[in-house]
Order: sequence, then structure tokens, then C-alpha cells
Amino acid sequence: MQFWIVQTLNSIAFGGLLFLLSSGFSLAFGLMRIPNLAHGGFFMLGAYFGATITYFGGNFWLAVLGAGLGVGLIGIVFERFILRRLAGNVQGQVLVTLGVSFIIADLCLLVWTGDPWTVPAPAALRPPLRLGGFAFPTFRLVVLGIALVTAVALYLLMDRTRLGAMIRAGVDDMEMARGVGIPVSLLFTVVFCLGAVLAGLGGTLGAPMLNAYPGLDADMLPLALIVVILGGAGSLLGAFVGSFVVGFLYNFGIALFPDLAYFILFLPMVLVLVFMPQGLFGRVPS
Amino acid sequence: MTRSLPALLVIAAALIAVPLLVTNEFYLNLASQILIYALLAVSLNLLVGYGGLVSLGHASFLGLTAYAATLFFGWGAGQLGAALGAVAFSTLCGALFGVLALRASGIGFLMITLALGQIVWGIAYRANTLTDGDNGLRYPARPHPFGLDISSAPQFYWFTLAVLVVALFVIWRLTRSPFGAALQGARDQPRRMRMLGHNVWLIQWLAFVLAAFWGSIAGLLYIYYNLFISPHAISLQQSAEVLLMAILGGASTFTGPIVGAVIITLVKNVVSSYVDRWNSLLGAIFVIVILFMPYGIVPGVRQLWSRARGQGKLPERAA
Repeated sequence: MQFWIVQTLNSIAFGGLLFLLSSGFSLAFGLMRIPNLAHGGFFMLGAYFGATITYFGGNFWLAVLGAGLGVGLIGIVFERFILRRLAGNVQGQVLVTLGVSFIIADLCLLVWTGDPWTVPAPAALRPPLRLGGFAFPTFRLVVLGIALVTAVALYLLMDRTRLGAMIRAGVDDMEMARGVGIPVSLLFTVVFCLGAVLAGLGGTLGAPMLNAYPGLDADMLPLALIVVILGGAGSLLGAFVGSFVVGFLYNFGIALFPDLAYFILFLPMVLVLVFMPQGLFGRVPS
Repeated sequence: MTRSLPALLVIAAALIAVPLLVTNEFYLNLASQILIYALLAVSLNLLVGYGGLVSLGHASFLGLTAYAATLFFGWGAGQLGAALGAVAFSTLCGALFGVLALRASGIGFLMITLALGQIVWGIAYRANTLTDGDNGLRYPARPHPFGLDISSAPQFYWFTLAVLVVALFVIWRLTRSPFGAALQGARDQPRRMRMLGHNVWLIQWLAFVLAAFWGSIAGLLYIYYNLFISPHAISLQQSAEVLLMAILGGASTFTGPIVGAVIITLVKNVVSSYVDRWNSLLGAIFVIVILFMPYGIVPGVRQLWSRARGQGKLPERAA
């Protein structure tokens, strides 16, 4: 019983982490029409930034903030100075993000070496929470809480603000949005940066569970891709549902059938592609 | 073709003569590797260049074949059985992947091939009981195709060259066939092609299966060359390298991917023997090629050549 409860909770917490990883990814994909293949690299950079800040004695929450800001800054520079040069050439943009992901992975290996970096969870959150005879890992609950707060904040941003309305207009029909005077290219930078910030925050928040290690990027990118294939590009709800579906499948897959964990991920993707190629909540025909 | 026949004969003679001139086994093996990757890149270019479908999972066919051949051989299928079974298995996987990936077009296609390739990689990496994970699998010994011994470096080089020449000829004929024309039509004007009664989906799917088949042949050569397969050979990085070969050389041409394979394989081996930063360089080449030479080397050189003769014109398509 304890096994199932803990695994379920771990799945939900991992789903929350995946939401931090993939919500910005999905929004940028919906708006800019490109999957940022360096997004896994952004997440890994976030983990390493956080690990470095805590290594030098920084507070965990300071590390989360620092990682988010640092990766966000990299996102802005990347979008403004590289992706912008290829405006209109979607395929070229995707391949450039891929090239940058290799550079990020290799530079991380150079700076932080091949050994994994651990990030301790904040001391106050380390003892498990005991409720009704069961022990719950407190830190994971907090991560889940942060993910849920982020989800609500993103929902409010998208649904209730002028900025959100402009982003939705850009996702649905970019030419019309431009036509009515929405500064779509500025939105590109904003949304891309938002995705980078969330990936950076997520990297550090996930580091006490996952560690920071070479290859973290390659482990996380396919998960983000599958979330978006399931949920549909540009859909916040899709990213939310997709994250928890993938979180459950991946976590239980690894716990129960370690050999087949990847294959289990593959099945819902196949079903969605066959029956609903735009994803469950897709707004953009991909 | 007739115009370039003398040039082709000279190139063929030079390629056949390589083992006589290059006696250093390291360089000769490097040449064999180049030939294998040239086949992989040309097979991918059926999709990228002729079909306009950018796949980021092509190395998985190399891996599926290599793993399948090793496993089938281990289960007692014999050399011929393992080879045929592995190519058939990998091509079948290609047929399935094609169905899935062609549910989307453009970037969606790219993303699905990437996800599929990562899943193949993940299975190879995680399914320890079958693939021994990161340790990889050994293939016991090279076969004796048609009673020929291909165990030494020069013999293997000639064998690989022979396979490559046959493959290139077949693929080249294919691109010049009505099917090749239909594939390029489906790339440029899918709606018109549909209106003319062509089944665009079927054309693109067949191209996917053919690319998977020739990629599988390259996988067979790969396992015979290395006698070893590990998840590293089918990582995203490998798929990206093959794609870079096609784009760097020029995906709009038949010879581009071959030129790209030569350059990338050489640079990779030379750089790797001096510094450990091949991944950064790979990424940098990617960014530079896409920013500054999106048409690739072969069309670029052709353009310079025709400009020198006073008739400059840009090629029609970028990669």
C-alpha cells in the first residue's frame, strides 16, 4: 500500500515538474511554430545553475530564482540574436535550436564535468510528512504545489490579461494578429523567455530528485515532446493534462517495468497520433 | 549522365584504388566509415531533399538493424538469416514509424521522428535483458558474403564500396523515375498533386520505407564494420549528424549528402583525436551552416562554377 501511495505521489510530483518543463515549451511552440529543441538543455542549465548557487552556500530558493533568471537571460539572447535572424525559416530555426542544444550539453560537460551534482532539498522540507500512518515526501509535495500555482498563474495570464489575449491571438492566427497591430515579434521574445525561465526554475526544483548530470537534457526533451504531442501545441490545458499523464506513465513504468519504461511512454503517443493528430487539446494544426 | 560519365569513371577508379594507395589501416578504416555514412546520408536525403520531410530519427534504422542482426545471430539464425531478418525487421519498423510520422507534416513530422528515435534509443539503453544497456552488444564475426572474405581492412573497404555503388545507382535511378518525380511534386505542390489524382500520403510513406530500407543496409554495414553496437550509435546526436551531412553537402542535390558525409566524418575523426569538444563543434557547424549556407556546399560550388561561366542562378530550394 505504501508503495502505491508513494509512487502515485511521486508520479503527481513528477507530472508537476514536467508541467514546469513543458508549459513554456508548448506555448512557444504554439506561437512561434517551432519546438525549441534546446529546451532540455535549458532545463539542464537550470539544474546546474541551481547546483552551483547552493554549492557556494546560496539558499535553495535563491538558487531556484537565480537559475530561472539566468536561463531566461540566455533565452532572450538566443531568441533575439539567433532565432530572429531566421524569421520565416521554420525548419532552419528548429535545426539551430538543435545545434545550440549540442553546444549547451558540451559546455555543461566542460564546466561541470561528467560527475553528477546533487542539490540538497531545503532542510525544513527534508523530513517526510506523516499523515494517517503514511509518510509523504514533503519536498515533492512542495514542488507539486509550486507547479499548481504556476499553472493557475499561467492560466490567469493567458485568459485574463491583455498580454495573454495577444498571445492567444498569435497562436490562433498570426497574420490576423499582426494585421490588427499586435506586436507579434515582441511576443515571440516574451514567450520564449517565459519558457526559458520556467525551464530554469524547473531544473533547480527538480534537481533534488533528479540531480544535475550530463544527459539530463536528452532525458527531459523527449518527455516535453511527448507532453506536447499528447496535449497539442500551444494549449496550456493540454500541457497540464499531458504532463500528468506522462508523469504517471514514466514513473510507474520505471518502478514496475524498468526495461520497458520508454516503450510505455510510446503507446499513448501512438494512440493520440492515430486518432487525434492535433493532440488532445490542440489549437495549432502541426 | 553521359556528359559526366568520364568524370564518374575517374572517381570510381580512384575509389577502387584507395586501398592500394592508403596502406595505413586507420585511414583505410576511416574511408570505410565514410562510405557507410555516405549511404546513410543519401538514404536520409530521399526524405529530406526529395521529399521535403526532415527526419531527426534516421539513425534508429541503423541501430534497429544492428541490434536485430546481433540478436538474430545470437539466437542461431546464421549469417544470412540474421542479415535478411534484421533488414526486414528494421524496414518494417520504418513502415510503422512512417505511418505515425506522416500523421503530421513539416515540424510535426520532425518532432515525431525525433520522439520515435529517442524511444528506440531509450529501449536500447534501458532494456538491459535484451540489449545489455550501455555496454552494448558484440557481433561475433563478419560474414563471408558469396564466399568472399571481408575480414581485412582493404577487403571490407571494397565490399562496402560495392554495396554503396549498387545502392547509389538504385537510389539515383529512383530519384529519376516517375516515383521520384511524384515525390518531388508532393514536396513542392501537395495540393496540386492530390488534384492530379496522386496519393500524396502513399508516395511519402513509400519514400519513408525506402529511406528506412537503405538506412538498414547502412546499419548492416555498420555492424559488420564495428562488430559492436551500443545506444551511442543511435542517439539524437547521431541522427543529427546524418541530417547535417545531408544539409551541409546540399540536400537539393544527389551528391550533396556524400560530400557532407566525407566532410563530417573526417572532421569528427580529426577533431576527436585532438580535443574532446566534438559536440560543441557539431553544434557550431549546425548553426553556421543554417545561418550562412542554407543551400549547402554542392549547390554553392555549382553556383560559383556557373557564375564563373557567366550564368549564375540560385538553386530552387533550401534544405
